[in-house]
Amino acid sequence: MKYLPIAGKAITLLFTAALLVACSGSDTKKEDEAAAAAAAAKAARQTAATQAAAEQQRLQDAATAVGNVFYFEFDSSALTQQAIDTLNAHIVALQGSATPIRLEGHTDERGTREYNMALGERRGNSVRDYMVANGIATSRIEVVSYGEERPVAYGSGESNWSQNRRVELK
Amino acid sequence: MKWLVYVVLNVVLVLSARAELTIEITQGVDNPTDIAVVPFAWQGPGSSPEDIAAVIDGDLARSGQFAPVGRADMLGRPTTGAEVFYRDWRALDTEYLLIGRVSVAGQMRIEYELFDVLRQTSVYSGVETGPVNEARMLGHRVADAVYEKLTGIRGAFATRLLYVSVTRVRGGNDYSRLTLADSDGARPIVLLESREPVLAPAWSPDGQEIAYVSFETSRPAIFRQNLATGQREQLTNFKGLNGAPSWSPDGNTMAMVLSKDGNPDIYLMDLASKRLTRITRHYAIDTEPAWMPDGKSLLFTSDRGGRPQIYRYNLRSATTERVTFEGTYNARARVAQDGRNVVIVHQRDGRFHIALLDLVTNRLQILTSTELDESPSIAPNGSMVLYATKYADRGILAAVSVDGDVKFRLPAREGDVREPAWSPYMSR
Repeated sequence: MKYLPIAGKAITLLFTAALLVACSGSDTKKEDEAAAAAAAAKAARQTAATQAAAEQQRLQDAATAVGNVFYFEFDSSALTQQAIDTLNAHIVALQGSATPIRLEGHTDERGTREYNMALGERRGNSVRDYMVANGIATSRIEVVSYGEERPVAYGSGESNWSQNRRVELK
Repeated sequence: MKWLVYVVLNVVLVLSARAELTIEITQGVDNPTDIAVVPFAWQGPGSSPEDIAAVIDGDLARSGQFAPVGRADMLGRPTTGAEVFYRDWRALDTEYLLIGRVSVAGQMRIEYELFDVLRQTSVYSGVETGPVNEARMLGHRVADAVYEKLTGIRGAFATRLLYVSVTRVRGGNDYSRLTLADSDGARPIVLLESREPVLAPAWSPDGQEIAYVSFETSRPAIFRQNLATGQREQLTNFKGLNGAPSWSPDGNTMAMVLSKDGNPDIYLMDLASKRLTRITRHYAIDTEPAWMPDGKSLLFTSDRGGRPQIYRYNLRSATTERVTFEGTYNARARVAQDGRNVVIVHQRDGRFHIALLDLVTNRLQILTSTELDESPSIAPNGSMVLYATKYADRGILAAVSVDGDVKFRLPAREGDVREPAWSPYMSR
């Protein structure tokens, strides 16, 4: 919920500008003061917008830094603590935007392809449900499962498989 | 075991320079039938466009039930009955002898005759005619006739395979190619090439059409394609899974998996009206539908019991019963035409094998010994199971007979090969 203080500051600044306008005195002076107040309000809005944008950028950078991939245990669609931590960084960034969200679910190569297609979707849905529970509109999210068709690591063995059991945020 | 040694040492048949798959026979039956397939006489202009005898020889060898005589060992090369000297073939312990002649008059015409060397008599003769560019298919038909005459089982060499071959692209999207080939992997034709995944190829019961899943729209969709005309139709475009198409035996309905209503369930699409009927309603995963040959029920995979197992849905009674109980992972059933033998993916000790389930006795027999085996597809005559596995860290196709006695591999020259689908018998 890190975006709230920023929005709050912006509202405070706007309110202050409006008070300046309301408290101003006689005609020409009033006009000058009104113009000054309007300019101040505009500057305040710009500052707020700049600050909000900077904060949004900071959140997005933080989300980018943790990566857009959430990993899963074998045969599981439960979110790991690592996945939750990564996901939280993205959620605060996504709350400040309205962009569509695509979640691509993947599995390792073990098991049948169509069953893995369903497991990949289950993983995507786990991430989606966590996002929705944390305030992201469900209408923004599309889950697409690739099953085992798009491995990151081609070889066999757990060191490869663990890299492939994942959901990617696009 | 003479045969086994012979195949391991000698038989790496490279079928054709342009063939994408090769054949490596790794295990045959203990006492295969010795047969000599003499090079057929070419009676047309120039040289023969295809070595028909080699096609037949390869088919019979691949069945594992025959041990063809090497050409270098042949003491004579008869092409007519009058030229057959039985003593030449008895000297090689040959039990049967196949000779033939190929001519072209508009169409290709193959005349052939099968001899019993011990009884010194002609036992079968026949003629195959067809377009010159289908010469290999004509050879496969001769092999079908010989196979049926000598084993009593209808041959399935004059059939085709669908499979997906993949060229890996590190750091980018792989190339997927949906490929159609002869049953021996020869004459591969790429039907679809995509940088997005292609999977789950399936045949229409008449062998004229195929269905598959393609991600070319950036999400999965089921397509239907006519092989003769190339005409293509996108059947589904639902949110979520669109997968596992399976044509009903009467050709009118397609079973599929959709998750548009929340989680993966089996649906039936009437192909004329495109109307959908949902046949499973469960919060678990229901997937991989496979029709029984009588069209009255379907097998499918479900983890409604906690682990994936095979279930059977009866269309008339709308009831579901569990079919597999042995082991913690049984999935992706395919049913033989006898409605009794079912091939599945079965996990044991962490390894995935192809297993044969007898629906009458409920006996489960593991057919393969490798560990990442999947996508079993059964020949229309029920004799062989084609499947995908990993060999030297690459995806390859392999085959095993339903009794487990015969095994061969079809590795690709490059890339990974997977998802084989053996065609039904092809109409002429």
